[in-house]
Amino acid sequence: MTAMLVLGIESSCDETGVALYDTDAGLIAHHLHTQMAMHAEYGGVVPELASRDHIRRVVPLTEACLAEAGKTLADLDAIAYTEGPGLGGALLVGASYANALAFGLGIPVISVHHLEGHLLSPLLAEPHPTFPFVALLVSGGHTQLMAVRGVGDYEILGETLDDAAGEAFDKTAKLLGLPYPGGPLLSQLAEKGDPNRFTLPRPMLKSDNLEMSFSGLKTAVLTLVKQVQAESGELDDATRNDICRAFQEAIVDVLVQKSLKALKRADMNQLVVAGGVGANKQLRTALDAAATKRGFAVFYPPLALCTDNGAMIAYAGAQRLKFAREAGGFGVKPRWDLGTLPKV
Amino acid sequence: MNDTRSRSGYIPDEAATLALGAALAAAIEPGLVIYLQGDLGAGKTTLTRGFLAALGHSGRVKSPTYTLVESYPLPRLTAHHFDLYRFADPDEWEDAGFRDYFDADSVCLVEWPDKAAGLLPTADLVVELDVAGDGRTFVLSANSEHGTTCLSRITIPCAAA
Repeated sequence: MTAMLVLGIESSCDETGVALYDTDAGLIAHHLHTQMAMHAEYGGVVPELASRDHIRRVVPLTEACLAEAGKTLADLDAIAYTEGPGLGGALLVGASYANALAFGLGIPVISVHHLEGHLLSPLLAEPHPTFPFVALLVSGGHTQLMAVRGVGDYEILGETLDDAAGEAFDKTAKLLGLPYPGGPLLSQLAEKGDPNRFTLPRPMLKSDNLEMSFSGLKTAVLTLVKQVQAESGELDDATRNDICRAFQEAIVDVLVQKSLKALKRADMNQLVVAGGVGANKQLRTALDAAATKRGFAVFYPPLALCTDNGAMIAYAGAQRLKFAREAGGFGVKPRWDLGTLPKV
Repeated sequence: MNDTRSRSGYIPDEAATLALGAALAAAIEPGLVIYLQGDLGAGKTTLTRGFLAALGHSGRVKSPTYTLVESYPLPRLTAHHFDLYRFADPDEWEDAGFRDYFDADSVCLVEWPDKAAGLLPTADLVVELDVAGDGRTFVLSANSEHGTTCLSRITIPCAAA
């Protein structure tokens, strides 16, 4: 088959991402508009909503990709875009731009499921896992464990019932008086904290399933802070650090234990950690230790591929070229069940 | 203070918060706009969980903080659960196209309404939750005729009386 050049457009939430994927040469250009700080010790993905002005970003980003790759619009073979799930208004920008551009160029479009993009994105990095693998998607918006057996062959093994892990980091940081988004700062303070002074509950750790819940941790921290204040009047820095540590210990413990359970249940030996919280140092240390002990491989794709981006949409689109369709009429799917995707 | 425009009480635990949400659900009608006020951890999402379950929703109730809105098509109406916590500028309300969600067939619950002050449709009913000891105090206030009618129909659950 001759090489195909796919333009990918992501606009489901806060980030506008555009990328070019060549089925022979791989990812050849990749641009993202975001205000998000790519912090080394990121506790959660907290994008700026101000960057949701996708309309102003999508054309310059496309031009930047083409220029970087030395290509023109005439070189494109297909355009992939995120059809859902996400914010209706944000999705419509990417969908209408992709369809209008493809219609003008006389090339087909491919609609992509945002989460499929995330699940396949680890395959863009080196070293990368091979099918099948378990994916732990853990960010400000998602906390899910999935079995990934092939393109379009996904099974949700478990997910959070309420708050995402990254969200729990940010909200707990706020409760502790740290400036929002405080997830990364909370992680830094946790490193200085004593892991043995306080113990916070591990929600659903002992449950037989792979569901998680992080909303109650917030309340547990609130109760602990009030208790400390009642006993000693104020929250000194050392105590705050100790609470940060107890909180991080609880989250990491749940994520590690549920990941181990997921690997066992799916009978797989590769774990991919995607999403901003995947950069958390303590989580990585704990997962690395478990991997060595239990004999599985763990992959951490670069953060640029873990957070929302256009590269994953271009790549997923390239895997779904056989589902390409004529550009023109289109809709978006703000809510879209991953399980309904056709296998490739 | 309990009169036609306001009712208040104490909810000792999570079960009572869920029950209050269910009581609210039993009293509403489509078209209602409800603001949920209270700090992080006050129980706004828990109350929403009780509210949605009583209206026939059986799945999970994910926090809308990141997605900004989660919508639930239910037998009687569609409920939209907003969380404007991450808004930096009220104009983002218009940019997101959220005005379209407020119609006669839907009920909208809005957490952190102050973040879109001036643009957000006014509330028929305001629910305020405050941490008090191990439990929470609540105040339900009606801001419109529609809200007053709804408030008069609410049966405050025993645990929260």
